[in-house]
Amino acid sequence: MDWLNAVIQGLLLGGQYALLACGLSLIFGVMRIVNLAHGVIAVAAAYVALWLVQDGSVPLLLALVVVVPVFAAAGYALQRGLFNPALGGGELAPLLVSFGLGIVLTNVLQQVFSADSRSIGIGSLGTSSVPLAPDLSVGVFSLLTFVVGVGVIAAVQLFLSRTSTGRAMRATSDDPETAQLMGIDQRHLYGVATAIAIGTVALAGVFVGMSTQFSPTYGDLVLIFAFEAVIVGGLGSLWGTLLGGLVLGVAQTVGAQVDPAYGILAGHLVFLAVLLVRPSGLMPRTVTA
Amino acid sequence: MSAVTDVRRRGGRASMVGSGLLVVAVLVLALWVPYNVSLGTLSSLVGLFVLVILGTTWNLMAGYAGMVSIGQQAFIGIGGYGVIHLADAVGLPVLGAVVAAAVVCGAVAWATSFLVFRLAGGYFAIGTWVVAEVVKLLTTQVDALGGGSGLSLGAFQGADRVARVATVYWLGLTLAVVVVLATFALMRSRVGLGLTAIRDDPTAASGLGVPVDRSKRIVYVASSAGVGLAGALTALNTLRVTPDSIFSVGFTASMIFVVLIGGIGTIEGPIVGAVVSFVLQDRLADLGSLYLVVLGVVAIVVVLLAPRGLWGLVTRVTDVHLFPLVHTVRREASED
Repeated sequence: MDWLNAVIQGLLLGGQYALLACGLSLIFGVMRIVNLAHGVIAVAAAYVALWLVQDGSVPLLLALVVVVPVFAAAGYALQRGLFNPALGGGELAPLLVSFGLGIVLTNVLQQVFSADSRSIGIGSLGTSSVPLAPDLSVGVFSLLTFVVGVGVIAAVQLFLSRTSTGRAMRATSDDPETAQLMGIDQRHLYGVATAIAIGTVALAGVFVGMSTQFSPTYGDLVLIFAFEAVIVGGLGSLWGTLLGGLVLGVAQTVGAQVDPAYGILAGHLVFLAVLLVRPSGLMPRTVTA
Repeated sequence: MSAVTDVRRRGGRASMVGSGLLVVAVLVLALWVPYNVSLGTLSSLVGLFVLVILGTTWNLMAGYAGMVSIGQQAFIGIGGYGVIHLADAVGLPVLGAVVAAAVVCGAVAWATSFLVFRLAGGYFAIGTWVVAEVVKLLTTQVDALGGGSGLSLGAFQGADRVARVATVYWLGLTLAVVVVLATFALMRSRVGLGLTAIRDDPTAASGLGVPVDRSKRIVYVASSAGVGLAGALTALNTLRVTPDSIFSVGFTASMIFVVLIGGIGTIEGPIVGAVVSFVLQDRLADLGSLYLVVLGVVAIVVVLLAPRGLWGLVTRVTDVHLFPLVHTVRREASED
């Protein structure tokens, strides 16, 4: 039963990783940028939510409703102000700009909130659980995170396949020059994609903040997990990213079941194994994103 | 009778003067500085040599082969742990341990290159980071390497402090000079010419018969071995390694700053960047995390507005190349 429990907990954890990875996958899919500040942006959202709840006495749900659009707007500004200009500077420029941004954000957080570990209190929601079978129960909060993760991925996927903006994004991803000839404003479109990506990762960050202890440097780990989910799942596919997140989550909890020190290591090793035997990922580019 | 011909040359008079000044600077560092500054300063100057090595090797990958790695701290760690383990537990002489640690780094880089080379661009960057995390996590699991608390160097025990600091200082200077000259030699070789072609256009280079993958692998292995030297040097200087300090991604951050600020894709750039970075670190140390905020902002501004860095500004107004790699073509009248 312990093992089954580990697998189920891993699947639920995987939902969180998929939520974290969704934006990374989207930005790469649309404009081939790897945003190295992705992880610290999630952590920044957690800090802002914590600040609103603790110092502003704002209810948590309202904080979430404020944080996500604010971060999405910041994402749009980030794309127009930093990433778009960097795209003109060759292949390395966006990568290096996002690296610099990550360093700046991490250390601003350190300066403002100190290096101490914090977490967002959620009261009884964090401890209540639903029984599935005798000796087997799942936490309500991890179940909620999982549902939100799957829901967000499904929503972004629907947006890409059903709306005209989503279509324009897929067209730009396939062939930016031709898409531009068809009258698509690339700079604005990239801004929208990054807004969605940063909005979803902000949502993910607040959920991370509710489920675990975080500090300004926690973003490094978030970036690595999100990246592993994207690669394991296969580049350019959001459902693949979900699958990648689940595989990573299960690898970590099963590894931790063997020995608590092996949890994260097991996740890394599964990632490297996928890279070795199936470098294009488990579900490569089924739907263009 | 006189005719007009095109003359192709590397460098020029200004460059000769510049290279001469650089040789003088190295001689001053080798012969004058050790006898005229405090022991503490001497020890912190080792940090400058480490920065020169890190910048030069990172630039070799990013500036010449287009590979941005943020996992080079793996090789700092292997170099640092390697030199202490090889000197203390295996009993190699210190210099032998330094070289052997670098060889181990090269071997690990060669083996892991088959994994990380499956990724390109930004995903290569994070892939190397994952490898570094794995190396770090495995290190903490090995009891012979001190687990989570790390190792202390015993080889210098009983040695005179002055002699120890001076030895590490001269070793550091030597290694920095060797790494820079080796990079220069590599770039002037056939491999280097191929790399320059790969940097400019990988597809065209491949079409012209440049072995793209092999050249990149050579660079990855050579660069990682160089980083191993820097790691070994850091361990000798601080006498102690812990997993969290020696495998810190902060090392890679400083490599990137050194290269960006100095000027990516030139041999001189990382040297200039290392000096600037070293001085800033020294002057702004009190600022703490605010210092890194400043550095991050500077890096972003440099990438967007002055992508060729400080050295790029120098070469724009003068025609100085301390390490001439570029051919200039000049039309001259010549006797036929």
